[in-house]
Amino acid sequence: MNRPDRPLVEARGLRKSFLRRFGFFGARQRSLQAVDGVDLDVHESETVGLVGESGSGKSTLGRLLVRLIDVDAGELRFDGVDLLSMNPPELRAMRRQFQIVFQDSYGSLNPRMSVEGAVGEPLVIHKLVASRAERHERVAELLAQVGLDRSAMSRYPHEFSGGQRQRIGIARAIACSPRFVVADEPVSALDPPVQAQIINLLLELQERMGLAYLLIAHDLRLVEHVCDRVVVMYLGRVVEQAPAAELYREPLHPYTQALLASTPGTRPGELTPSGILGEMPSPLDPPSGCPFHPRCPVAEPRCTREAPALLAPSEGRRVACHLVNPNRA
Amino acid sequence: MSLLQVQNLEVHYPGPDGPVRAVDGITFRLEPGETFALVGESGCGKSATAMAILRLVEPGRIVAGRLLFEQRDLLQLSEKEMRKIRGARIGMVFQEPAAALNPVMRIGSQVSEALRIHKGLGRREAFREAVRLLGVVALPDPEGQARAYPHELSGGMMQRVMLAIALSCSPSLLIADEPTTALDVTIQAQILSLLRRLRREFRLTVLLITHDLGVVAENADRVGVMYAGRLVEQAPAAELFGAPQHPYTRGLLRSMPGQPGSSASRRLPTLPGSVPDAACPPPGCRFHPRCAERFEPCATVQPAETATGPDRNVACFLFDERYRPSPSGAAGREE
Repeated sequence: MNRPDRPLVEARGLRKSFLRRFGFFGARQRSLQAVDGVDLDVHESETVGLVGESGSGKSTLGRLLVRLIDVDAGELRFDGVDLLSMNPPELRAMRRQFQIVFQDSYGSLNPRMSVEGAVGEPLVIHKLVASRAERHERVAELLAQVGLDRSAMSRYPHEFSGGQRQRIGIARAIACSPRFVVADEPVSALDPPVQAQIINLLLELQERMGLAYLLIAHDLRLVEHVCDRVVVMYLGRVVEQAPAAELYREPLHPYTQALLASTPGTRPGELTPSGILGEMPSPLDPPSGCPFHPRCPVAEPRCTREAPALLAPSEGRRVACHLVNPNRA
Repeated sequence: MSLLQVQNLEVHYPGPDGPVRAVDGITFRLEPGETFALVGESGCGKSATAMAILRLVEPGRIVAGRLLFEQRDLLQLSEKEMRKIRGARIGMVFQEPAAALNPVMRIGSQVSEALRIHKGLGRREAFREAVRLLGVVALPDPEGQARAYPHELSGGMMQRVMLAIALSCSPSLLIADEPTTALDVTIQAQILSLLRRLRREFRLTVLLITHDLGVVAENADRVGVMYAGRLVEQAPAAELFGAPQHPYTRGLLRSMPGQPGSSASRRLPTLPGSVPDAACPPPGCRFHPRCAERFEPCATVQPAETATGPDRNVACFLFDERYRPSPSGAAGREE
């Protein structure tokens, strides 16, 4: 794998909070820290998996990386260029290099726009086609790349199956030949055989175009199969990151261990233990110290007081746990 | 004696171009105490089968078949008699507990409602029993949570409440339709482990409907695989996963990531094509257009179920002696 020194996407200390309104007509409001100081690198042609439970902040992080939503604090560089200090026209020009594919292909495609319109839109915005005829030809090429017939062009999103719609979403994302694509649960809504088809398509495009992916997923079996590296998030923070094979062979953080133990295998009769106790606390009211300590089977007194830093116990791995990184706060 | 026998069940739903055969003549049985899983892709008819057992198929229609439950044919019962079975003898939990619970009614009242209707308990008695049941499903602080509204609970907690309601009248059969599909893996593991415990404690028979083969492998005793309205294979779970027979079952299992022995390539083995349109399914075996092993009869004749073991059936001509001389030869084709 080609891994230059400088990562393609480089995030340092990213933070994002949202205001949530409560009470009578939203009279009270509180801030929810969705992403709480995340460092993340994605290298050229690499696939990084991002896993964690609902509410862990993984989708928010994905949206921050492609600047769909504004960053509160931190640094974000793409190919060495600071994305946060750019003015709007500069950012717009930069956008063709990073794209996103959503889980809900039905909700993310305009129902009143034909496939030609939807897939051709980024080409027009970025002035990559000079004429209508050129757009037509380019869209046909893109559809062929994602395995759709050119007869699909004049049709509308509702006429397609879930898997086909996801292909349209992918065609739109790759229209401007990006270098980095965030795929946010791209196959979660699909049946297993269709999932396999879409995953293979993403892999094929990666080989052909040299794409880097951030694959946000909750299916750990899929992430293991597809990703080079895996990042595990819990309550807005990264708790562990490691090369995929190492993470699955030897998960270090107690949360990663529990997550893997909860994933059903495919051998009959082999029971998944009931995993971890309780549920993830509300991000509105995060616990003190290590965010995982209320559910952690091995928590110690210091875990309730001090938040563990994300440290490297060995080359290429990072873990935020007092027990894995003793005496290094 | 089987607890439930489903015989040649056919369910039609109205479609723009005439009736859609959602369930097209399926036969299976549930033995007391076992968990039988129905698996298949969206639209294969697995949920329609579950709803047919409860006789809740509106606007569809059960056009043929028999549903023998505790020695009575459910299709012969009046609507009033059927209401005494739903909830009381057959409990149910669904994928979306938030949609199944009344948003403006406290949890305790919803659990006690079933007890008052089916068991004739008084208000106070029913509430006390409801709190006890919430404890049985391991809802933390059952007394306090009984006074909560559904939106105050997480998805996993709501599914526990649904299980409490389903179990309130000690049913003999529990229908669980994608009970953990909307939940995180950690919560899924908790709910499935709870379901296994309840199954023992209440001596329940479970019809588990899911598309997740991992959930099936760990929780089912026997499995039925559905494709386009028909059951293509039925087998004990260990045999199905150890040696799947129907080409569709084999394709389904292969397409799962993380299979032992999967190749170094990251590509996943796939089934070509897609599920047929239920309004105009292909003739013969419905899987034949996608099947790599099809031969003469597949496109024209509908395969009948062939017994391939003491408790196994497969609807495929590869295993039918009249078409293939030796079924062992066909089994030998397994990779």
